[in-house]
Amino acid sequence: MSIHPEVLRLLAFLLGIIGFVAMNAAYLVWLERKEAGHIQRRIGPKEVGPFGLLQPMADGLKLMTKQLIVPEGADAILFKLAPILVMTPAIMSFVTIPYGETLVPRNLDVGLLAVFAFASVNVLGLLLGAWGSRNKYAIISAARVVSQNVAYEIPMLVVVVTLVMITGTLNLQDIVIQQAGGFWHWNVFKLSASPLMPVAFIIFFICMLAETNRAPFDMAEAESELIAGAFTEYPGMGFGVFFMGEYANIVVGTSIATILFLGGWQCPFGLFPGVHWFMIKMYFLIFTVIWIRWTYPRTTFYGLLNLSWKILIPISFFNLILTSAMLKVF
Amino acid sequence: MIKYTQEIVSGTWSLIVGLAITIKYFFMPVVTLQYPHETLPMTPRYRGHIDLVFDEKLGGTKCIVCGSCQKACPSNCITVAGERPEGAKLKVLTQFTLDFTKCSLCGLCVESCAPGAIDFSKEYNLAGYKNEEFIFDLLKRLEAKKS
Ligand code: SF4
Ligand code: SF4
Repeated sequence: MSIHPEVLRLLAFLLGIIGFVAMNAAYLVWLERKEAGHIQRRIGPKEVGPFGLLQPMADGLKLMTKQLIVPEGADAILFKLAPILVMTPAIMSFVTIPYGETLVPRNLDVGLLAVFAFASVNVLGLLLGAWGSRNKYAIISAARVVSQNVAYEIPMLVVVVTLVMITGTLNLQDIVIQQAGGFWHWNVFKLSASPLMPVAFIIFFICMLAETNRAPFDMAEAESELIAGAFTEYPGMGFGVFFMGEYANIVVGTSIATILFLGGWQCPFGLFPGVHWFMIKMYFLIFTVIWIRWTYPRTTFYGLLNLSWKILIPISFFNLILTSAMLKVF
Repeated sequence: MIKYTQEIVSGTWSLIVGLAITIKYFFMPVVTLQYPHETLPMTPRYRGHIDLVFDEKLGGTKCIVCGSCQKACPSNCITVAGERPEGAKLKVLTQFTLDFTKCSLCGLCVESCAPGAIDFSKEYNLAGYKNEEFIFDLLKRLEAKKS
């Protein structure tokens, strides 16, 4: 009996994705600490291994050796389920992300839709975990997470709808192929479709920060007011999985931003397109995400909602109308 | 509407200014000292625990065992003892212990010492598990300095 090559291909991709996510989750923490250090003119981790490169391993081992305690009165099932609910959709989103011309596990025709469908489960995981841990801080955090996600999902999706109107497809691979040629063909510079395209990219980026609960929108954690928010009661690896899920979500978010606006694996000068360009763009965006975190203080909750409802949503709708008008006229 | 747009533009600009500052810092050299691996010379006015001064000319301590430091110490940290060897004019120091657990680094002992036999050391790497570790035999430290 021979195994169908497709099965092997999918298994390889599965292993690859899980490895990629795990490595990223571990080493983005390292990157974050190094970058934070240098922004504050410190060095950051340096003792464990050369340049502190073994630090994530040490942290992971420490988390794994800790006892998993379910607090008294907590809903044990929800409490244990929540970290998995945050991690799994993040990994599943990778299934349809094209890293290169042929490097895509499953080229779905509704890829974009699938990614956003998976991404919305993330909030559910945080909500259930916070609710299940029976802790007042966690519940406040859950309420914040939900209203924040409702507020930021709207401008994000409006921007995406605008983009889909321009590209005419939900297939991520096709969206990348359309942007071939050079950086002036990238969607972020497609001024002929809408002069507001760079603004749309910025809106998308801001919403992505909010969706992944990154500073300055990390109301879900807000250490100074909510201890650790939704993660307050989580010990050891329960917390660790949440943490990895957060970084995996950042990778997904920046990947999508790269694909939709920055031409995915296309080269900015039309030469040698490939997976390396995808990685360069993605890690540049991740660098920016961390850079932003260590530049701005956390906003207030009202400031965060005001930004979305009063600024991002009106502008994104204006962009939508403008784009549809331009598409009709030209 | 104008105010609304102005707010967005000025707000965005201020955010960009912030980012520019942090990225500038990112590329500047680090300013922190990697402490256990690097140290700075201690400032001359630093007050560590007191220590017997090693005098080059005498090849030892200048202490004449007058006991005024012992008397001056408000916390009774210092114990000095000496004896006069047969035929010698001056006393010779035989014991100088400092109980650093009680010392407040007030400096009265240093001030009261007429020959200037004691001074503050520059020792700051001090940590231990037991009280006894902080009862220093300064005479022994002086011997160690000699060699
Ligand atoms: S510094 Fe003050 S407290 Fe310490 S030994 Fe000298 S006199 Fe006593
Ligand atoms: S005051 Fe000075 S000379 Fe007198 S016993 Fe103390 S250290 Fe020695």
